Order: sequence, then structure tokens, then C-alpha cells
Amino acid sequence: MPGQKFGPAWFPGLVAGGLGLCGLLLMVAGIRQGGPWLALPEWVHRRRPLLGVASVVAGLLLYIFAADKLGFHLTGIALMVAWLRILGCSWRVAAIVGVVATVAIHLAFYKLLRIPLPWGVFEQYAF
Amino acid sequence: MLFEAFRLVFDPYVLGVIFASAAFGLFVGAVPGLTATMATALLVPVTFFMDPVPAIASIVTATAMAIFAGDIPSCLLRMPGTPASAAYTDEAYAMTRKGQGELALGAGLVFSVIGGLFGTAVLIVAAPALAEVALKFSSFEYFWLVSLGLLCAVFIAFANPLKGIVSLLLGLLVASVGLDNPAGFPRFTFDNAELAGGLTLIPIMIGMFAMSEIIRSVSRIDEPWQMAQAKIGNVFRGMWGLTKRYKLPVLRGSVLGTAIGVLPGAGADIAAWMSFAISKRFSKEREKFGTGHVEGIIEAGASNNSALAGAWVPALVFGIPGDSITAIVIGVLYIKGLNPGPSIFINNAVSIYAIFMVFILANLLMLPLGIAAIKSAKQLLRAPREALMPVILLFCVVGSFAINNSIFGVVLMLGFGLVGYLMEENGFPVAPAILGMVLGAMLEEHFIRAMIRADGNFLVFFERPIAGSLGALTLIVVCVPLIRWMLRSRMKLPGGGTK
Repeated sequence: MPGQKFGPAWFPGLVAGGLGLCGLLLMVAGIRQGGPWLALPEWVHRRRPLLGVASVVAGLLLYIFAADKLGFHLTGIALMVAWLRILGCSWRVAAIVGVVATVAIHLAFYKLLRIPLPWGVFEQYAF
Repeated sequence: MLFEAFRLVFDPYVLGVIFASAAFGLFVGAVPGLTATMATALLVPVTFFMDPVPAIASIVTATAMAIFAGDIPSCLLRMPGTPASAAYTDEAYAMTRKGQGELALGAGLVFSVIGGLFGTAVLIVAAPALAEVALKFSSFEYFWLVSLGLLCAVFIAFANPLKGIVSLLLGLLVASVGLDNPAGFPRFTFDNAELAGGLTLIPIMIGMFAMSEIIRSVSRIDEPWQMAQAKIGNVFRGMWGLTKRYKLPVLRGSVLGTAIGVLPGAGADIAAWMSFAISKRFSKEREKFGTGHVEGIIEAGASNNSALAGAWVPALVFGIPGDSITAIVIGVLYIKGLNPGPSIFINNAVSIYAIFMVFILANLLMLPLGIAAIKSAKQLLRAPREALMPVILLFCVVGSFAINNSIFGVVLMLGFGLVGYLMEENGFPVAPAILGMVLGAMLEEHFIRAMIRADGNFLVFFERPIAGSLGALTLIVVCVPLIRWMLRSRMKLPGGGTK
């Protein structure tokens, strides 16, 4: 930035320089040590953990893209039931916990704390 | 003024909040995979709409309870409830196997209370005294203080300082996003309105401390928990004898714990590891360690609870967090208008005294509530993870959303949750990154201001007496471990491995 000796680029510049240096040192150390470039954790070979972690990430992405249109309740219940089932709950437990938790969180955050959780498709029934 | 503070704390609403947070903290602490920092991150959205004192009280109480309750599954499942209990999990479990589960749990409880009260006493005495000195600080002193804090976070107790530095720098980089820099110039915003305000810390913390823990728990969801049998009668039996017999370890643990707590970046978990190691080293009965010996549990149990209060000293006086819990707390303090800094003891004296009282109250409440938690441990630990994790996850989502009422919070949580998980799995500590994010703006502001005043001459940074000493200390902190690390890696290639 002209006219400023210590402008806004100074600090991030220093940080980036440091990161580059450390990255280089870590790479050198890594190459000296040998070993594979990429090692997967052992749980990716087990079905329930792999599905579980994948569903956590996919479910959050779904929430980010769908919550505004579908509303908190629909998305919340759908995700909860899916997560609960994948992690090993029975249909009965999944349905009960999914609905109760979603409604309880709605009541706590929307009613008590006044957070505007999206209603989505239920907009006209909002209370 | 004390009376004012007393009235603020002993208000039915505040007491209700304290009891509810205590129950929440005990539950979170007792369930492996849920941590005290996570409890704090999850409490923040809930405390949003409370007055300052109950908001802070809920965090103080929940974390104190959680750190104690972490000992319960250590004894019964051989799994630490929070990382702060990990140091003596094997020892506690060995005691349970020998039929001394009651003694181990009792020692965990009683010496947690003693350690917590010790840390609180130090906080009450040291923080206002330190604040008087700090009132005279200029940008030079603050720059060195923040640097020292950040470097402590990198070099204390982490096997590979290089990875700590990377973590710290990543945090600083995150902190430099947005308009909020000395020049008021938009950085890394990509013309996005969400980025212009900077990245909001709370969703990031919920991601790094709660979501990453959930991923870790889910990746172990098929490993069953096996509970050891323990008959639990009167947990206080024999405690007086232990206190008399292990006076010195209790004191040593409390002092070291408080000191580690005060140092930025290192908190209860590192305090417990160090205290356990010291206890073993100086014990008269060293050979008993590992076979279920109570001495290390006493010292480390006092240590981790005292670290909790110690961490509040730099947080209140300088706005520099002593551990990852206070890193979150500082954000809450700003939201509540209790801006941390030396003048907090003048401008908000009543609130501060009220917070001190809450610390004492929370540690005393730990005795009756802790017994209740120990008695109901079996039910607590039967909470099914496969049902618990999705509920917490949905709570995280709503909590991240609630800070700015924006879905971008959930994006941040997901992104930083994954980053946090990958970092920890690969030996990069998360605490320095969080510290960098919290302190980045402060570091840059004081650095640029000091540079302008010194007109680019770095030597001026050492000219004032306190600034000079702090600067020298900072250089020592950098140099000593670096030299040691270089020597070590020269002696046995390849060096500096982690975990």
C-alpha cells in the first residue's frame, strides 16, 4: 500500500514466509525418514466407522445446502435418523431420538434463545 | 463491593445455571470422547442470551466438573473421560483391578477440589496484582508478551516444535482474514461479505474441538467399552490419611498445575502429564508406579484442576488465553462487555469478584455433586455413543449457526472440524492454532504500532526495561529448544518424530 511503510501485506507476508520455511523443513525430514506418502488410518477398512464418518461429512454438506429450502425440522430429523441408523441404532430408537432431539433443540434455540432457525417448507405453519 | 458480587452470584437464577452446568459438565467429563473444551464450545451459544455473570459461571462450573469427571471412566473403563485424565488412566484402572476403585475415585475427587481451590486462590491474588503492573504496558511490552505466549504454546511439551509452529502460523493466517487489521484493508476476502468481517471464532472452535472429537468417536464406534467392576461405598474413607501422607505431592501438583495453566497454550492435560512424571521421578516408592499406586493420581489430579483456574490469570489480565478453554472464554468476555485487560479490575470489579466467587463455589460444589456422579457412574457410562454422537452433532450445527445466524458458521465448523481432525491425527497440536487465531489481531496491531513508533528499527523493541526483559526471555524460549532439538536430530537421524 503506497504511503504506508508497514501496510496490510506485511504481517500475512511474514506468516506465509514462515509457513513456507516450516513446510520445507518438514518435507526434508519426511523424505529422510522414508515411509509412504500417504497412509490411511486403519478404520477405513471397517464398515461401520467408515460409513459413519462419511455420513457425518455428507450430512453436514447436505444441511449446508438444503436447510434453508427444506427447513430445520425436516433436514434435522432426516439427518438424525440417518446418522443414528448408520451408527447402529434400531429403527425404533432412531425414530424416537431423531424426532425428540430435533424438536427439543428447536424449542431450546428457537423459542428460548430466539435463533431464527429456518422453517423452509413449513414456513406457513411457523409458530 | 464484595456484597454486590455476593448478590450477583447467590441469585436463584445464577445458582440454577450453576447447578445445570455442573450436571452438564459431569456428564460431558464422564463420557469418553467428550472433552471440557468441547463443553465450553457447546455452552457458548447457550450463554449468548445470559447476563455476564451467569454466562461465565456456567463455563467455570462445567469445566471444573468435567476435568474431575474425566477420572471416572479412567477408573472403570481404562479410558480417560477427558484428555486431562489420560496421564494416569492406566494407574487408576490398575487400582480398580486391585479392588481399590473406591480409593482411586475418592482421591480423584478430593484432590481435584484441593487443586482447584489452590488455583483459584492464586487467580484471586495474582491477577489483580499483575494487572497493576500491566497498566503501564505499551505496544512494545504487549508485542513481546503475545510473542512469548505464542511461543510457549509451541514449545511446551510438544514432541515436534516444527509442527507446533506450523499450527500456530495457520492460526495467525486465519486471524488475518477480513477488514479488521491496522490498515483497515480487506485481506483474503475474495469480495465475499461473510469473509470481510473475518472468520468467526466460535464456529471454528466448535469444529476443531467438538466436531473433530465426534469424527474420532465415530471412527471407533465399533470398539466396545468394557466396564470394570468396582464396589463404591464411602469414597472419603482414608482421604485424610492420604492428604497428610502426600502433603508435598499435593502442593507440588497444585503449584505446577497453576503455573502450566498460566502459561499460554498449555492447559490441564499437559499439566497432568508433567505432574505425573514429576511425581514418579521424586516418589519414595517409585517401583509401585504402574501397579495401581495412588500417589501419582493425587499429584496429577490436583494439577489438572489447578491448571484450569491458572489459565484465567493471563486471560483476564492480558486477554491472552492460558489454555484452549480460556481461548473460547475470551471471546465470551468480549461479547459480554467484560473486555479483558488490566483495566477490567477497575471497570468491572464487581463482575470479576463475582467470577472469583463462582470459582470457589464450583470447586466446593464438586464434593457433593462429584459423589453423586461417582455413585451413578454405571448409568452415566451406559449412555449409548451411537445415539449420543448424532445429538451432539446436531447441537454443534445449530450452535455454529446461532453465532451469526448464518449458514456460513456451519461451513466453518465442517471445514475446521476436518482440518482439526487431520491435524491431530498427524501429530500437529491444535492448541497453537487456536491461540494464533485468538491473538493474531492483537499481535499484528501491537507489532505494526510498535514498528511505526520505532520507525522500523527493531532494536527499539528492547529499549524499555520490561520490554527488553520480555524480549530476551522470548529469544531464550525460542533458542533453547531449537538448539536441543538440533543436537538431538544430529545425534540420531532421523530426529523429531512424534507420537
